[in-house]
Amino acid sequence: MADLDALKGKYLAGIADAADEASLEEIRLAALGKKGEISLKMRELGQMSVEERQTTGAALNRLKDEIDGALRARKAGLADAALDARLRSEWLDVTLPARPRRQGSIHPVSQVMDEVTAIFADMGFAVAEGPQIESDWYNFDALNIAPEHPARQEHDTFFMARDPGDSRPPHVLRTHTSPVQIRAMQAQGAPIRVIAPGRVYRMDMDQTHAPMFHQVEGMAIGRDISMANLKWVLEEFCRSYFEVKNIELRFRASHFPFTEPSAEVDIRCSWAGGQLKIGEGDDWMEILGSGMMHPKVLAAGGIDPEQYQGFAFGMGIDRLAMLKYGIPDLRAFFESDLRWLRHYGFAAGDVPTVFGGLSR
Amino acid sequence: MKFTLSWLKDHLETEATLDQITYALTDLGLEVEEVVNPVAKLAPFTLARVKSAVQHPDADKLRVCVVETDEGDKQIVCGAPNAREGITVVLCKPGDYVPGIDVTLGVGKIRGVESHGMMASERELELSDEHNGIIELDSGHVGQRFIDWLAEHRPEVVDPMIHIKITPNRPDALGVRGVARDLAARGLGRLKPLEIEPVPGGFACPITVKIDPALREKGCPLFAGRLIRGVVNGPSPDWLQQRLRAIGLRPISALVDMTNFFTYDLNRPLHVFDAAKVTGGLRIRSASEGDSLLALDGKTYALSEGQMIISDDHGPESLAGVMGGEASGCTEATTDVFVESAYWDPITIAATGRALKINSDARYRFERGVDPAFTLPGLELATQMVLELCGGEASEVVLDGAVPDTARAYRLNPARVISLVGMEIPEAEQRATLEALGFVLEGDMATPPSWRPDVLGEADLVEEVARIASLTKLQGRPMARETSGVPGPILTPMQVREKAARRVIAALGYNECVSYSFIDGGAAALFGGGHEATRLENPISSEMTHMRPDLLPGLLQAVARNQARGFADLALFEVGPAFHGGEPGEQHLQAAGILVGAAAPRDTFASRRPVDIYDAKADAEAVLAAIGAPAKVQINRKTAAWWHPGRSGMMALGPKAICAFGEVHPRVLRDMGVKGPAVAFTLYLENAPFPKVKTPTRAALGLSDLQAVERDFAFVVDADVEALTLVNAAAGADKVLIESVRIFDQFGGEKAEAQMGAGKKSLALTVRLQPRDKTLTEAEIEAVSAKVIDKVSKATGGSLRA
Repeated sequence: MADLDALKGKYLAGIADAADEASLEEIRLAALGKKGEISLKMRELGQMSVEERQTTGAALNRLKDEIDGALRARKAGLADAALDARLRSEWLDVTLPARPRRQGSIHPVSQVMDEVTAIFADMGFAVAEGPQIESDWYNFDALNIAPEHPARQEHDTFFMARDPGDSRPPHVLRTHTSPVQIRAMQAQGAPIRVIAPGRVYRMDMDQTHAPMFHQVEGMAIGRDISMANLKWVLEEFCRSYFEVKNIELRFRASHFPFTEPSAEVDIRCSWAGGQLKIGEGDDWMEILGSGMMHPKVLAAGGIDPEQYQGFAFGMGIDRLAMLKYGIPDLRAFFESDLRWLRHYGFAAGDVPTVFGGLSR
Repeated sequence: MKFTLSWLKDHLETEATLDQITYALTDLGLEVEEVVNPVAKLAPFTLARVKSAVQHPDADKLRVCVVETDEGDKQIVCGAPNAREGITVVLCKPGDYVPGIDVTLGVGKIRGVESHGMMASERELELSDEHNGIIELDSGHVGQRFIDWLAEHRPEVVDPMIHIKITPNRPDALGVRGVARDLAARGLGRLKPLEIEPVPGGFACPITVKIDPALREKGCPLFAGRLIRGVVNGPSPDWLQQRLRAIGLRPISALVDMTNFFTYDLNRPLHVFDAAKVTGGLRIRSASEGDSLLALDGKTYALSEGQMIISDDHGPESLAGVMGGEASGCTEATTDVFVESAYWDPITIAATGRALKINSDARYRFERGVDPAFTLPGLELATQMVLELCGGEASEVVLDGAVPDTARAYRLNPARVISLVGMEIPEAEQRATLEALGFVLEGDMATPPSWRPDVLGEADLVEEVARIASLTKLQGRPMARETSGVPGPILTPMQVREKAARRVIAALGYNECVSYSFIDGGAAALFGGGHEATRLENPISSEMTHMRPDLLPGLLQAVARNQARGFADLALFEVGPAFHGGEPGEQHLQAAGILVGAAAPRDTFASRRPVDIYDAKADAEAVLAAIGAPAKVQINRKTAAWWHPGRSGMMALGPKAICAFGEVHPRVLRDMGVKGPAVAFTLYLENAPFPKVKTPTRAALGLSDLQAVERDFAFVVDADVEALTLVNAAAGADKVLIESVRIFDQFGGEKAEAQMGAGKKSLALTVRLQPRDKTLTEAEIEAVSAKVIDKVSKATGGSLRA
């Protein structure tokens, strides 16, 4: 047995001293290979007596396992050391900029349209659309704006060229989204609740006007819808859109040919320190026009004004965006200045919802 | 519409404060635009008396005064030449803001002498331009507020001016009396009665009047006037001049000022002719071609058929209801005046005014509608005023035509009023409101007064009741959804598609633009537009003359502007309408993206490379996938003229164009001032079909446990053979086994031709075979491979690369 201890000592020392995998393999072959010292000794077991074979066999097996275990441990140790050595050389500057990825953006007008749509959808309003080149009937007559009415002059209308052989009145670029009211009524009848966001056009360009801007029209028709309902809907909209707990609206009598009674709607606000705060302060800011739909307008939409009544309102989407997000100049909306688009734009993933919030 | 508080009180007996009045006006729909109240800025100043004034020790022109004030004697240094003992002055104390010099006073030291305030000149208090000395008052006591002294002695100076915005439906409120009537109806006082004493004529009017028969029905239903002889047309009295000045009008002479006064006071525009300059009778007729008139604004107007004029034997003397003529106008020399009061048809006046581009107070009122029934009473009141201001003797009234009948009545339905407005307004209050506004109620029928041409139906009664009751008091009332439970979707599939396209393109790194729907004709023409049908008749600028036929020109202009600002790498997009015609509905929805410059900034990975059409194609495909367009589309080369002929393609489904992509034509880029190349895509969102079967259920997933096999092939083909031809041919070799075919290499150009012959290139593709029920044998794989080679060779005329 003494020579087994010697063998053990020799091989374990060899394993401990092995510098690389090749030396380990040499040791493995010398000890445990087919012609290895321990393998040869195992073969000798057959020539031994039963008792001898039992004690020596068991000892040989223990030795074999021990050497085998030491070989594996040493091999793993060498691999770890090699990996550690490699990792020591593998250094990257983690402060280098990452691979470039373009950052896109959503225009504030689109974002606010989505916000407005989300809020009104929650109150049961669908989204209606209509053509931007309109007949003068849809843009004016159907909305109770007679050809010679001064209001028609005040619209600063863009007219389409008319072929001399065509005796129809020239088409117009819609001056408001209100013609969509008529088209929606004609298409769907009553009861109905829709909003109609979209581009509108007025011949006006100065510090605060652009010849194109965006409006959202709203309309609800039912058997007993009242101006008080209109006020509630607008209050709920403003509270949700401006994301403030308290808002206060003031209805002020006004005149629009297509509503009767008509009201301009002011919202309580503060301009203290040049910063607009909705819902506090002592100032009032006009934000939209509204009223109960004129019976002639209902009739133009094919709805019996004796049976149905409803409200309508219209507000500027660009203006809503300017107020909420502090954007100073309307004309810049349409200039596509990359710096502006990046600064005032929204991330593609920022889809406004009522349940998740309108803005981050 | 402007007026002063004291003017309003001529018609309204009221105890209401200025604030109450302005609040009510805005609430009633007569929106207050501006209030100029001199009282506010003069409020702090009090009267004081100079007890002594002695020469300043160190300054020739200054005096050191001891001034008796309500707070005891104060020392004030003053430079005014009239600062002297005994005078009563207006005192500004330290802490007061002095409007005329825009300074808040402090205790000062002037050349070593302390000064506790100042004594003001008229200019310093913005009372007038007078600045030769300090104000000296000939009455008043020390400590009295200056505004109280002014109210007593110069009330016009502290008379607040109110400027209100009048909506087009309220011509009656273009006179102070109409404003007063609204306020009285609101309960802010009592409308004073208007006494009209007819002035008997002393003689027959020598000037006859005649309305052409053609204009009696429409145009001029009533024309009246009378001569007043022996007048003296000097300056008008102070009260009248002050009123006119307060509302921004320049006093001219008593006769002219009188007409302006009636315009604003009673919404009764008048005209005065110098009778000496009128030859023969006055005739109201339509102008003839060739007629012209030098009007009171000093301009000569060429008139055309249909425009109404008043002429005498000489020719046109006045643009009826719009502006008088210079030749027959009144001057200081006028001794005989003919005063005209007429009722003109609003539409005719509006058309004439618009055609001649004259904006006068008369036109403004007549085209909105003055009170036809007040034509003759107005003339009587005007006669009275002329006699008072200028003396003279009035003739009998001459007139032609008659007051048009505007009588009509509408039913007042108090329950419907409550239902529409959503406010409990008692029936008695509703009736009282209408009566206060001049409506006559008989049973439930309401007849509007003659001064309210805007009231044309029941709904107008509702509006009157509501606005007088005050919409400010309206309380919001919840409006329940039409259906209970979880609401269904409200967007149409196309609306969902539009929103999805927008979000996906932004997610791909493009910045969304919103550009004008109109562009210049030249740019429109480059993109298949610029036709007469899409031309604007009245564009606002030469850069916005035509409706855009496509979104790319707007995006290219945006690129050019950004390039000029130094941005070379751009990814811009827009989703919106393009216009293929000028009729309503001749618009279609596009989503277009454009890339210029490099795909990435310079970086450490050498990612920077110029953008190419495969960037645009990849993005377009990503959008198509996101909007649920069919996965397989055809690609042809039938692209429009603004695309590069060799580097653009059209994804199509049968005859429907789904998406054009490629390089924008270099000539278009040059014409639009864009530094290229630029690659782009234009998606025709409405053309991609929606899935035919709409079910959320997916087809069953067929997974195979058998391992897929890939085989690579390289073919030598002619250089103009398209990859898709190979792919389709290979895929057709075995439609069951072949799961996918993918191009993975292209070898073309000079080196390739050197190897494979002129005009040749090599395309390499990998074919993935997915066994369904058993593992493929080598022989089976070989059989499929042979079919692939055969199909591709036949389809392309190419051969397997050796």
